[in-house]
Amino acid sequence: MTFYRSNNSKRVLPGFGISLGSSLFFISLVILLPITGLVVQTAELSWAQYWAIISDPRVVASYKVTASAAAVASMFNLFFGLLMAWILTRYRFPGRVLLDGLMDLPFALPTAVAGLTLAAVFSTQGWFGQYLALWDIKVSYAWLGIVVAMTFTSVPFVVRTVQPVLEEFGPEYEEASATLGASPLQTFFKVILPEIKPALFTGTALAFTRSLGEFGAVIFIAGNLPWQTEVTSLMIFVRLQEFDYAAAAAIASVVLLVSLVLLFVINGMQQRYQHITGGPK
Amino acid sequence: MSISIEQVSKRFGDFVAVDNVNLAIKTGELTALLGPSGSGKTTLLRIIAGLEQADSGRIHFNNQDITGQHVSERGVGFVFQHYALFKHMTVFENVAYGLTVKPKKLRPNKAEIAKKVHNLLQLVQLDWTADRYPAQLSGGQRQRIALARALAVEPKVLLLDEPFGALDAKVRAELRRWLRRLHDEIHVTSVFVTHDQEEALEVADRIVVMNKGAIEQDGTPEQVYDHPANPFVYEFLGNVNLFHARVKQGQSTIGNVKLASPEHSNGDEQAGFAYVRPHEIDVFKAPLSDSLKVTLDLVTIVGPVARLEVLSDTDQQLIHIELPKEQFKQLQLAQGDIAWIQPRYSKVFLGEGI
Repeated sequence: MTFYRSNNSKRVLPGFGISLGSSLFFISLVILLPITGLVVQTAELSWAQYWAIISDPRVVASYKVTASAAAVASMFNLFFGLLMAWILTRYRFPGRVLLDGLMDLPFALPTAVAGLTLAAVFSTQGWFGQYLALWDIKVSYAWLGIVVAMTFTSVPFVVRTVQPVLEEFGPEYEEASATLGASPLQTFFKVILPEIKPALFTGTALAFTRSLGEFGAVIFIAGNLPWQTEVTSLMIFVRLQEFDYAAAAAIASVVLLVSLVLLFVINGMQQRYQHITGGPK
Repeated sequence: MSISIEQVSKRFGDFVAVDNVNLAIKTGELTALLGPSGSGKTTLLRIIAGLEQADSGRIHFNNQDITGQHVSERGVGFVFQHYALFKHMTVFENVAYGLTVKPKKLRPNKAEIAKKVHNLLQLVQLDWTADRYPAQLSGGQRQRIALARALAVEPKVLLLDEPFGALDAKVRAELRRWLRRLHDEIHVTSVFVTHDQEEALEVADRIVVMNKGAIEQDGTPEQVYDHPANPFVYEFLGNVNLFHARVKQGQSTIGNVKLASPEHSNGDEQAGFAYVRPHEIDVFKAPLSDSLKVTLDLVTIVGPVARLEVLSDTDQQLIHIELPKEQFKQLQLAQGDIAWIQPRYSKVFLGEGI
């Protein structure tokens, strides 16, 4: 990678200086500056105070609730998203375009609306909840509710990352595998899965990261019982309501750090894979 | 392994891709399915492979009916136009794939697989690429690897779908000769699809010309080129000029030029079409008794060949002529000059042509 423009090539967009400068300016304004603010606020605390806040037993309980629910939600979306992407790319059926559009609904719908609706549907009197109650399964105002809300809001990530890869990946690879004597299962695990694995992994990791920070949809359905169904973003909100900005920033910094580490891991893996396959064609 | 195709038909909606085709391919033969796009050649190949199911008709390998057999059980090697190499596997893993997916009982051990893969890579002269990924190879190299991969399972039949279609002209010409030599070495029954008549003429033992889902002609390259069965085949196998002709008693007349056409020897005069290839026309600067008067309209020199476009004096018909550059230079003709031409040979079909 070169950092400067080569001298004798003309580009469509004018001015490397202007375009990079304005991009960096806005990145600073909307991303770097708020993060700095977070760090500055956290810096009011000593290390001991910082550690005490982020290792408070109730907060640690919220980490566990959030991480476990996010893990289950993203695992579910791994399979569901793969299935949806497969159906949308490999089959032509009436209503396909509608279904394709519906996949983006969780992005477009206000998360509070999603949370309210899900809470109503899964409450013990709700459409689904009343039948689940027969088996003693409680979703609304329980840990499972958090999983449901997180699953709903992060559906598009896996679908939308896997879909383009599957579309690019023509049927001739499956056909080649079949002519070489492979069974459909062998073709899936040895040919298709390795090809979509990076996208699948990226999508799942993105869904996980998104779920870690999900607030709007979750608080309506979670019930928010201390120690049991409090998510980390709620803890941040609670500290804010107590006007304890430093503590809120401290907890937020933990979420931020985990998300950043995950993002860098995803990027690193993608680059490694592109090196092998020569990048997307 | 011989292949026999009996009354095979295939439709896609209203479009008839393959229309009641019968074809027998002998063991060890290298056959070209030649035709324009949409002629059904690729569909027929895919039906032989089992990648497509025929609507009706039967396919036999060595007199054994395999019509209902799944593609993975037919034992065919298939080479795709765009290689279809598995991008996440090394060249070695790609070639070994067909062996590693065999059921445990039939699977050779690791050492045997390695030996076989290296032998195949030597056969395609790419042994040094074993540890590379397909993205690191050129198009021609990838197609040779794809061929090695198809051969690894010791297919009874090798099927190639426009194998050189995605390559540039020079590599294509090289690979064609290479495929011909390879086939002489391994003698596996092979069928390849192409729309390039030169490729078919150069590589194949036998050419099957297809059009609109049906077979127009089936024969050796010489037979098909020198004795085309109908106007379609004639036009498809290279450039051609078309003249109105009168046919009577084994002689056809184009303008005032008389040519022997012994295949039409009955007495009555009939209308016909005479096909003359551009390189089968002589050009003269002075009139001869048996010649057409033309005006030289355009000259293009392509390497050693001079391509002329001339207009006939009688009806302004455009006629293409090819002759060696040296010969053209000796004629000392310039654009706009008058010249006389004489077809050396023509193929006459009765009727109103196509």
